[in-house]
Amino acid sequence: MSNPLAANPYSLKWLGHFFSSSLGRKLIMSLTGLFLCLFLFIHMTGNLQLLKSDGGRAFNEYAYFMTHFGPIKIVSYVTYFFILLHAIDGIGLALKNRQARPVKYAANPKGSSWASRNMAVLGTIILVFLVIHLKQFWFEYKFGTSVPSVTYDGTEYKNLYAVVVEAFSQWWYVLLYLASLVALSYHLIHGFQSAFQTLGINHKKYTPIIKALGWIFSIGVPLGFALQPLYLFFNAQ
Amino acid sequence: MKFTLKVWRQKNAKDTGQFETYNISEVENEMSFLEMMDVLNQQLIKEKKDPVAFDHDCREGICGMCSMVINGHPHGHQKATTTCQLHMRSFKDGDTIVIEPWRAKAFPILRDLAVDRSALDNIIQAGGYVSVNTGSAPEANAVPVPQDMAEKAMDAAECIGCGACVAACKNSSAMLFLSAKVSHLALLPQGQPERKKRVISMMKAHDEAGFGSCTNTGACEAYCPKGISITNIARLNREFLSAALTSEYEL
Amino acid sequence: MKLDSKIPAGRLEEKWENYRSKCKLVSPANKRRIDVIVVGSGLAGASAAATLGELGYNVKCFCFQDSPRRAHSIAAQGGINAAKNYQNDGDSIYRLFYDTLKGGDYRSREANVHRLAEASVQIIDQCVAQGVPFAREYGGLLANRSFGGVQVSRTFYARGQTGQQLLLGAYSALSRQIASGSVKMYNRHEMLDVVLIDGKARGIIARNLITGELERHGAHAVVLATGGYSNVFFLSTNAMGSNVTAAWKVHRKGAFFANPCFTQIHPTCIPVTGGYQSKLTLMSESLRNDGRVWVPKKKEDRLKPPHQIPEEDRDYYLERMYPAFGNLVPRDIASRAAKVVCDEGRGVVKSGYAVYLDFSDAIKRLGKSVIASRYGNLFDMYQRIADDNPYETPMKIFPAVHYTMGGLWVDYDLSTNIPGLYAIGEANFSDHGANRLGASALMQGLADGYFVLPVTIAQFLADEIRTPPINTEHEAFKEAESQVGQQLDRLLNIKGNKSVDDYHMALGKIMWDKCGMARNKQGLIQARKEIQALRNEFWQNVYVPGTQNEFNPELEKAGRVADYLELGELMVIDALNREESCGGHFREEFTDNGEALRDDENFNFVSAWEFTGTGNDPILNKEALVYENIKPSTRSYK
Repeated sequence: MSNPLAANPYSLKWLGHFFSSSLGRKLIMSLTGLFLCLFLFIHMTGNLQLLKSDGGRAFNEYAYFMTHFGPIKIVSYVTYFFILLHAIDGIGLALKNRQARPVKYAANPKGSSWASRNMAVLGTIILVFLVIHLKQFWFEYKFGTSVPSVTYDGTEYKNLYAVVVEAFSQWWYVLLYLASLVALSYHLIHGFQSAFQTLGINHKKYTPIIKALGWIFSIGVPLGFALQPLYLFFNAQ
Repeated sequence: MKFTLKVWRQKNAKDTGQFETYNISEVENEMSFLEMMDVLNQQLIKEKKDPVAFDHDCREGICGMCSMVINGHPHGHQKATTTCQLHMRSFKDGDTIVIEPWRAKAFPILRDLAVDRSALDNIIQAGGYVSVNTGSAPEANAVPVPQDMAEKAMDAAECIGCGACVAACKNSSAMLFLSAKVSHLALLPQGQPERKKRVISMMKAHDEAGFGSCTNTGACEAYCPKGISITNIARLNREFLSAALTSEYEL
Repeated sequence: MKLDSKIPAGRLEEKWENYRSKCKLVSPANKRRIDVIVVGSGLAGASAAATLGELGYNVKCFCFQDSPRRAHSIAAQGGINAAKNYQNDGDSIYRLFYDTLKGGDYRSREANVHRLAEASVQIIDQCVAQGVPFAREYGGLLANRSFGGVQVSRTFYARGQTGQQLLLGAYSALSRQIASGSVKMYNRHEMLDVVLIDGKARGIIARNLITGELERHGAHAVVLATGGYSNVFFLSTNAMGSNVTAAWKVHRKGAFFANPCFTQIHPTCIPVTGGYQSKLTLMSESLRNDGRVWVPKKKEDRLKPPHQIPEEDRDYYLERMYPAFGNLVPRDIASRAAKVVCDEGRGVVKSGYAVYLDFSDAIKRLGKSVIASRYGNLFDMYQRIADDNPYETPMKIFPAVHYTMGGLWVDYDLSTNIPGLYAIGEANFSDHGANRLGASALMQGLADGYFVLPVTIAQFLADEIRTPPINTEHEAFKEAESQVGQQLDRLLNIKGNKSVDDYHMALGKIMWDKCGMARNKQGLIQARKEIQALRNEFWQNVYVPGTQNEFNPELEKAGRVADYLELGELMVIDALNREESCGGHFREEFTDNGEALRDDENFNFVSAWEFTGTGNDPILNKEALVYENIKPSTRSYK
């Protein structure tokens, strides 16, 4: 038999096949997911500026930096793209996986965590939240006219802090955030360690470390986020 | 013991199927679940009704033929047990038991609780072997295999191909089955020459059969009657990524 | 009819070598034009189909299960023998040959058994190359353990799932050929008749078990690898679907059935617990390496908890009766001894039919972890079934029907007396004589399939290269198909009052009571009458639900039980005819101090029975067994 490899000319076709294979699509979920974890962490620590009692100066300067520093601007576009990719690929996978069982069980098998079985639902909640969140802050900050100005040391800044304080003085808005953060936490509890499993990282020595980190991250990061609306809400009272 | 059974009845692949309820008494607690089904069938035959078709053969937990989802548990609620090794003593007298077939697009129902699992054979045919013609093998002890490797390979090779992993997975994914075979051969020196080609073509066969993809829920591992671990799926992922990115084989 | 076993001339050690050097061959170009049907996909069937496919024949392989990987070879636990002498304990091909022949109580052919011992070595090489994960030592080399009836360690094993791993090896080789197109696999198909044209086997009639359709398949030769017939006893360690139908149908068409009464009763099975029981579960013979078999000395102790019975009140009867081999005597001896002590009223369960297999000494000596690593999965299985922890209380075991040494008569080529019809593995009678040693069934199945049949079948096929593909429109196919259809119709139209299982259970009871571990003339005569009466009743009063053209497991069972009802009678006739005790065949009239008394003067032959019609006396053809190399002696394990 002739060499089966010889028949393959140089081509990029494999990339399409690779990323449409079930594992290729999971790889997209895994890598974008891990990137978004990193983003979440930075976003959360950055936003801790909200807790400073400086009338919002640090936060506004931070927001300005994030939207005007070139490299970060590029990273932010990558982030938008990855959020979309993660969501679209996730929805696509969920739909495809549903098709793999056209007739459902009367009693569904368990044997797995609730979070792992409901990643698509959790993801959708997070996606809806993102739309509201981005509309409220990001869109207004970049394109809207409702954000007031503030001047520090002669330079004019958009006073995003004021918008945030305003938003989180409403109890239902705080509740919406908290609920979304709970969904995020569950999404991360499964997603964080699952991303490593998809990458093939499973080892008797290291997997327990990944799992522990996963728990700390999945609870710590949403908790960090949750502190901000709660702090602002109770501060306003 | 007495039970109320809600059993999935479906005449053939085209029929839509529905649950039928049967009452059964004179069940003894030493009976296996399939022996309880025998009692039900004998009862139905005496009433001149069609007995329930279900797959079974060795009845000692190794052939992988039996396949029932019992109260939502593939092979029943007992850990690391096939349906044929599940005993009625683990149920409560008077229980209602819901019995369904493996449900997956890749496993069409033939009749009642019996499904067609040829898709699993197709995955093996795509590369789950070492290409060694009869007679061409070298002396068995020519290549030593580290004991821990042999044991790990054996852990994976214990898969009985029953398809409970598919039945348990919310995505009807057969990744645990696939990963067990890929791991078994990837861990042994004999499996090395075809290692990359194998994982690529078996993965392709898996996807083409209509199985879903793995979302790492771990339900397969929880219901596997042989306790095959999802570390095998991680290995499969590693094998596939490495083969896809470093070999020249078409994907 | 004179039976020609076609044993090649020459010295024993050179027969197979000479045969292979001088036998006919089929050229690669001609192989492409030759079709071969293999029925069965266990160790013998899968290995034969794969190897024939590799050689270039067009192969069609059939199995009744939903996948070839599920054949009952998968359930073999303990291991596979091979004369590798890796342990340097004095093993050799000759010793394996000798042990097998002696273990078979001198009722098998020297030449066949020697060939088997030769092939054993290659089998291990082949399986390792396929990726069978045999147990290994720390240094990475293959490990061995010892098995009953021998004094060397020559058994290769993969935990307690050796059969599974070997079958998956053969299945993977088969899968590779299916993928390459040289083998076409027919899952969920049952062979219901063979088709003979001009006296040669030219195809089969198979029923598609999903649609119920009858199909005609033509081929230049047909190979049966359909396993044994232990299920004639209803309760056995065989799978529920294991059946004699294929072998019986060819027997009805003229193939001789040899030594049907040689059945193996395996000593270590989980005892029967109730009337509903559908099958028996075997606990690997390897357990006897570390377990000690005993019953209480006093009858009144038999239901006492075992730990309350002091050491001096226990009877380790195998160690007492057979000090040289102790707990590792061959299966027939161990089973019979269990029967003897239970018949004395010392059985340790209510029914009286169980003995202890005790690991407490081994656990004391080696520690629980060593025992767990050796037998963990078997202990788990026992605990699941018996609801009892064997690490703490001794296992309760009792003999159960396990394997049938008898089967279709074949010559050295593994050809039946019908040209073009071959039988391999447990389906034939050839290599185990009157008793099979542990770990030898896997060896024989794979030897036949990988190494023997692919060579010997060429003797027949070399003369068939001018035969065009078999036309399934031939009258013989039509007739066979219509007969099969008629029998199915007949079964469905009786519409009686009893289920198939009722008859199967009744037959099993007759067989176990009168043609089981011990047999006598009176019982056997009685059994024949009872079987005939049961068969007549079956054909008048069985109820088979459903129709022919659908997935109908009851109809499948009905056909199989109909054949068992004929086979059972033949087994009884054979047992009645063989007025001696040897191996698994123990006639109570022929004993010496309780031990089997063989009669080499009058019964040193293979009984090959010829079918003459249901219920008629079959014709006995004798193949004399000639021992040129070893002298049959009284088998002693004392």
